[in-house]
Amino acid sequence: MINCKEVTKLLSEAQDRKLNLAEKITLKIHTSMCAGCRNFGIQMKQLKVFSSHFLDKKDPSEK
Amino acid sequence: MTHHSSLAQNHDWTQDQAFMNDLRQQMVKFTKLQLHDEQLAEDAVQEAFIGALKNQQTFTGKAALKTWVFAILKHKIIDIIRKNKRLVTSSTLQNNDEDQIDVWDKSFDERGYWHLSERPNTWLQPEDSVASDQFWLVFETCLNALPANYSSVYMMREFIGLTTEEICQQTNTNKNSLNVLLYRARLKLRVCLQKNWFDQGA
Repeated sequence: MINCKEVTKLLSEAQDRKLNLAEKITLKIHTSMCAGCRNFGIQMKQLKVFSSHFLDKKDPSEK
Repeated sequence: MTHHSSLAQNHDWTQDQAFMNDLRQQMVKFTKLQLHDEQLAEDAVQEAFIGALKNQQTFTGKAALKTWVFAILKHKIIDIIRKNKRLVTSSTLQNNDEDQIDVWDKSFDERGYWHLSERPNTWLQPEDSVASDQFWLVFETCLNALPANYSSVYMMREFIGLTTEEICQQTNTNKNSLNVLLYRARLKLRVCLQKNWFDQGA
């Protein structure tokens, strides 16, 4: 069993590369039992979305 | 910029003042975050523009022009980072360890499980956040609060869209170190947004 620290590291790497089957299964099992890591995984995706929008935003002071 | 006959048939987006101003602002903002130096950033953007526009390429749309200019800017930034050795070296990595222990201690217990108070919850209405100027101020502040070596690689990955292989090459970092840097950057960004934005709205 891997702990939350290791799971969150994998969830970060999932933003950068395709995980292999074993890694995917490990994540599935852990996140099905751990709400914290499940939410962390969703937040990693949201962080990516935020980042992709960031440069398009004008500074409020420059409007 | 002078009009060139080769551009005559396509709409010349470089003549669209509002568009060019926005583009310039985005570039400066991006570069400042990467280089942490106003003057260097202004110079890099200036050079990228000159490089992009003297190429006499015709652009099929604003998006094409933007992609092209950013591609040139990206190379400029990487050159500057290389010259100034502003990026990650193994020694700066070690210097940040103290800072790191901090995040670990706060997020996880000694067995590596979430501390109850730090366990991620659901971020409410992230779509509304994206539409809020206040949110973007918080986001930028959180980015600025990251150690420089974290934010550089994070931005290369998420803003410019380089692959981890490309970043490893550009920064002379091995894959494991890069994964750790990206992980820590995300962990810190997450906590910062949680505390300064999502917890505030609750």
